[in-house]
Amino acid sequence: MSLSSKQKATVKDFFSKMSTRSDDIGAEALSRLVAVYPQTKSYFSHWKDASPGSAPVRKHGITIMGGVYDAVGKIDDLKGGLLSLSELHAFMLRVDPVNFKLLAHCMLVCMSMIFPEEFTPQVHVAVDKFLAQLALALAEKYR
Amino acid sequence: MVEWTDSERAIINGIFSNLDYEEIGRKSLCRCLIVYPWTQRYFGGFGNLYNAETILCNPLIAAHGTKILHGLDRALKNMDDIKNTYAELSLLHSDKLHVDPDNFRLLADCLTVVIAAKMGPAFTVDTQVAWQKFLSVVVSALGRQYH
Repeated sequence: MSLSSKQKATVKDFFSKMSTRSDDIGAEALSRLVAVYPQTKSYFSHWKDASPGSAPVRKHGITIMGGVYDAVGKIDDLKGGLLSLSELHAFMLRVDPVNFKLLAHCMLVCMSMIFPEEFTPQVHVAVDKFLAQLALALAEKYR
Repeated sequence: MVEWTDSERAIINGIFSNLDYEEIGRKSLCRCLIVYPWTQRYFGGFGNLYNAETILCNPLIAAHGTKILHGLDRALKNMDDIKNTYAELSLLHSDKLHVDPDNFRLLADCLTVVIAAKMGPAFTVDTQVAWQKFLSVVVSALGRQYH
């Protein structure tokens, strides 16, 4: 399910529109992940507070969103571009890849909340595909 | 049995009491057919689904989206026994409609995105938690009678 060139353009365009609120979206998305899917907190047992809206969760959500934006810039070669991030996730973080889907869903919900007019079904499918490709690239080194 | 707090019940009832079934039903089903195009396999008799624009203008799809959303009313009225409330509907989807139950999850996700767009900041973290819990119980109940 690779992206057409039109869909790549759609993703770049939407992310550019979103950029003023990208921190909010990242922070909110991770907060919602740990709230809606509490099992995901298991990856954050080293934090004093992994509850939704907490400072470490918000900060890390912003970090993750930064990574997603970086990936937009590498949309033509996600596997190659995300090699070192993949190694990090495979050998150090060892996040079960099923969680990438859950976080993607939370990101889509936040995008929809904050940009209801712009997040049309056509934008939704392009961004969903992009996040799925991103997840695949992140899981590349797992086994 | 699923336990619901008073807060969760209030949130779910609140969402439904303000719901425009036609608008949200249509938007959710259209979004599902566009974002997950393989779901179109169940809509062979629904006319033109050629691209996103035709799907969004298709009156048969719009009507069906409304119908599906009203189907959730049953769960709303029987929150303490959603499992049995949907036993018959589950059999229908399994034996007559032959719908892969994974599709219920896909539609539920699209419904969540559409409701989030409608409610904006009012779709708080707690609201999302309660809403997704409600939908996951419905999805589970609908898949339960498959054999």
